[in-house]
Amino acid sequence: MSENSDIGNGFLPSGQLQFGVFFQGVNSGTVWKAAESGSQTDFESFRHLAQTAERGIFAAFFLGEGLRLREHLGRPHALDVAGRPDAQTMLAALAAVTNKIGLVATQNTTYNDPAHLAHRLASLDLVSGGRAAWNIVTTDNAWTGENFRRGGYLDHADRYRHAEAFVETAKLVWDSWDPGAIAGSETAPAWLRPGSVRSVRHAGQHYTVDYAPRLPASGQHRPILFQAGDSPEGRDFAARQADIIFSAHPALEAALAFRRDIVARTVNAGRGPNDVQIMPASEFILGATAREAAEKKEWVRSLQIGPQQAIAYLEQFWGRELSGYDPDGPLPEIDPVVAETSETRGSGFHGAKARQLADQWRAEANDKGLSIRQFVSGRTSRVDATFTGSYSDVADTLARYAATGAVDGFNISPWLVPTGLDEIVNHLVPELQARGVYPTEYAGSTLREHLGLPVPRRAQAQPDGGADARADTGAGADTAADIRLELAARQLQL
Amino acid sequence: MSAAKAQARGFLALELDGDGAHPAAWRAARHAPAELLTGHRIRATVLAAESAGFHVATFSDGPLDARAGVGGRLDAVQRAAFAGPLTHSIVLVPEVDTVYTEPFHVATQLASLDYVSGGRAGWLVAAGGTGAEGAAVGRPAVEGEALAAEAAASIEVGRRLWDSWEDGAVIRDVDSGRYLDVGKLHYADFETGPDFPGQGYSVKGPAIIPRPLQGQLPVLAPAGLLGGELLGGGLAAGGRDSGIDAVLFTAPDADGLAAEAGLVRARAQGAVAVIAELDVVLDARGQRAAERVAELDAHVPWTSSRARYTGGAAGLVQLLADILAVADGVRLHPAVLDVDLDELSRQVLPQLRRLGVLAPVGVDATFRDLLGLARPANRNTALEHQGATHE
Repeated sequence: MSENSDIGNGFLPSGQLQFGVFFQGVNSGTVWKAAESGSQTDFESFRHLAQTAERGIFAAFFLGEGLRLREHLGRPHALDVAGRPDAQTMLAALAAVTNKIGLVATQNTTYNDPAHLAHRLASLDLVSGGRAAWNIVTTDNAWTGENFRRGGYLDHADRYRHAEAFVETAKLVWDSWDPGAIAGSETAPAWLRPGSVRSVRHAGQHYTVDYAPRLPASGQHRPILFQAGDSPEGRDFAARQADIIFSAHPALEAALAFRRDIVARTVNAGRGPNDVQIMPASEFILGATAREAAEKKEWVRSLQIGPQQAIAYLEQFWGRELSGYDPDGPLPEIDPVVAETSETRGSGFHGAKARQLADQWRAEANDKGLSIRQFVSGRTSRVDATFTGSYSDVADTLARYAATGAVDGFNISPWLVPTGLDEIVNHLVPELQARGVYPTEYAGSTLREHLGLPVPRRAQAQPDGGADARADTGAGADTAADIRLELAARQLQL
Repeated sequence: MSAAKAQARGFLALELDGDGAHPAAWRAARHAPAELLTGHRIRATVLAAESAGFHVATFSDGPLDARAGVGGRLDAVQRAAFAGPLTHSIVLVPEVDTVYTEPFHVATQLASLDYVSGGRAGWLVAAGGTGAEGAAVGRPAVEGEALAAEAAASIEVGRRLWDSWEDGAVIRDVDSGRYLDVGKLHYADFETGPDFPGQGYSVKGPAIIPRPLQGQLPVLAPAGLLGGELLGGGLAAGGRDSGIDAVLFTAPDADGLAAEAGLVRARAQGAVAVIAELDVVLDARGQRAAERVAELDAHVPWTSSRARYTGGAAGLVQLLADILAVADGVRLHPAVLDVDLDELSRQVLPQLRRLGVLAPVGVDATFRDLLGLARPANRNTALEHQGATHE
């Protein structure tokens, strides 16, 4: 395993790691069948996870976004956890019962209006005392659009161009109030100094905005921006716009390669080599000993992918009912119904070569002697994203990530709600702190301070706010919660 | 007064927006102007309102006239959500627009508010439709009947989405591997009708969040949205868990509120509650209420469409008792929150409780409890019981 830390382009590894926690809400990774599995919607579940994370000096608490309930073969999907709150409403409530942790809302650029979304994020940023962040996601599928006034209006090819114009508009909203715009005392001539707020105007292909922003900047200047797209276009978008990439490359070698690529793109976009941080999605299965952890992993996997999930996973690619097949037997010999494959899952399988994929999978399972269940478990568990081992072994592994600068931290998806962070905070965090690679206290009061991110240059309103001309045809994640599906989609396109 | 003391159901709501209803209120506030836009301020005001014994806190939203007064405002749903875990009895009601918002998002946000507040959420419907609000999202101004139509459509979407998960849809059945009972999930299948005056739309559903704790959140709307024939058009008050539950009204002056309450109740047939709107300025700190208004008016005059009470605590106690004999609730808009809330807390609410005109404050009670509404049956469950079909 190489530990080459020569990232290039002037990048300096911080030698430190940060943790975030991703309360996904909808996924097959959350174990709901265990006795300890708690509610996915009670406020107490969210409070417990957020407060545990804060006890463990986590930088951020993430929520996914739901735009349409997942479906499977034309009906709501029954087998995985589902049902989740609005991200910003929940985060505003959590802001009242936490003091330091960052609060990250996954929010879509396609089915929100830029002025409104920017306003609500600015509001969350102020309510939380400068702890808000936005995980920027896009979607273009009309199926999701069926829940919204505009319906499906966006071409796949336009999604990043649309998103970038949206983000630029949001930045103008956040930067629209001059510092000191609000009266310093009750004797000032007016509450808001005349001329201290710039209206935001944008006239583009997809929307028109003429807006007088109603909120000043927070103590962290503006919300932190996360982004998860992974195509070349998505990476360039992040290099221009984002503060943190929620990446899909946790294995050390892949993470280093991704870092080099992102640093090069960031510098190319005119920003500093350390301006964009990287936090891969990850899962931790820990124990006092390696053996205990290995046994726990087997148990977790059996609960994540039961026989029904294994069949359902194949059904979304086959596009047909496969309930007659034995989950402990070989993959189905019949071919997928290509036209009906998987759009209803809300992810990007359009144009996927399902039949070819089925042939590949059958061959692979046959070669390795895997049953349906074993095959699907291996495919959905994201082996490279799971850290399994004793607390101290995993801490040693993570210390290497810190030393090489491969990542800035990890965004952890707990497999158990609400207690899934307890052992990470109780056992892994102290090991990391003892190795000097994890904070022992919060660096400040804002998320920007925790992460050590630079103060952004203030966006200036431009006379012509027309749509950006950069063409972009990326295939980023539909929502952060769909990252697994996006990975699957990418595999399809190989 | 006719209501028997043991059955008193009158409730008091307090508007917590900004520094108070007077546009110059910020000059009399007990904090630096910029402190208004913080979580600390939400915490301080909602806790003060709860400990004073108010039943309901409301959170206004929408555009502001920065030339006249405070020019900044936090999102109302977020303010209410922030207050949720900090409080135990006070009902939290944000004002949420229906014209330029996505009904799907609004329904989800309000259901989420119900979860974070333990079933103490409501929805104060707004439909401004101004050109400035429209320009922010690239849509035209909306006025007249079209406003009520937008509001009615949004409410209907919310109602259908809140019922799109039956109670008990999360089954966690380990043996069958099913987390959900899909038979208990339903499409909303909302579509604006052919006569919809604005740009029509549809919402498929189901919701992304299970049914709210209260089943259906109480929905409040200003009487202005009920005008004339619009009552028949979907904003109709009442009907089984459709339309709105409560109507807010005012009158040209405070003495006219009790009479108006009866008229509004007749117009809004079926609404379970009529709520009077009242601006309030009290004698405070040795200063007469009228003088306090005059001082603030010297900075910027206070124009308000609501009835106003200006005077001592005793007179307000009598006025509120009279109104609550006819109306179900009164929403107070204090001229200066920091000053008038103190007086209300010390001089007014204790007296009203002694008179027995206020409903008891119930810890962990829902908004529906306060309104005397049972937790409603789910429309989809009910349909099945009647043998009707549902796709």
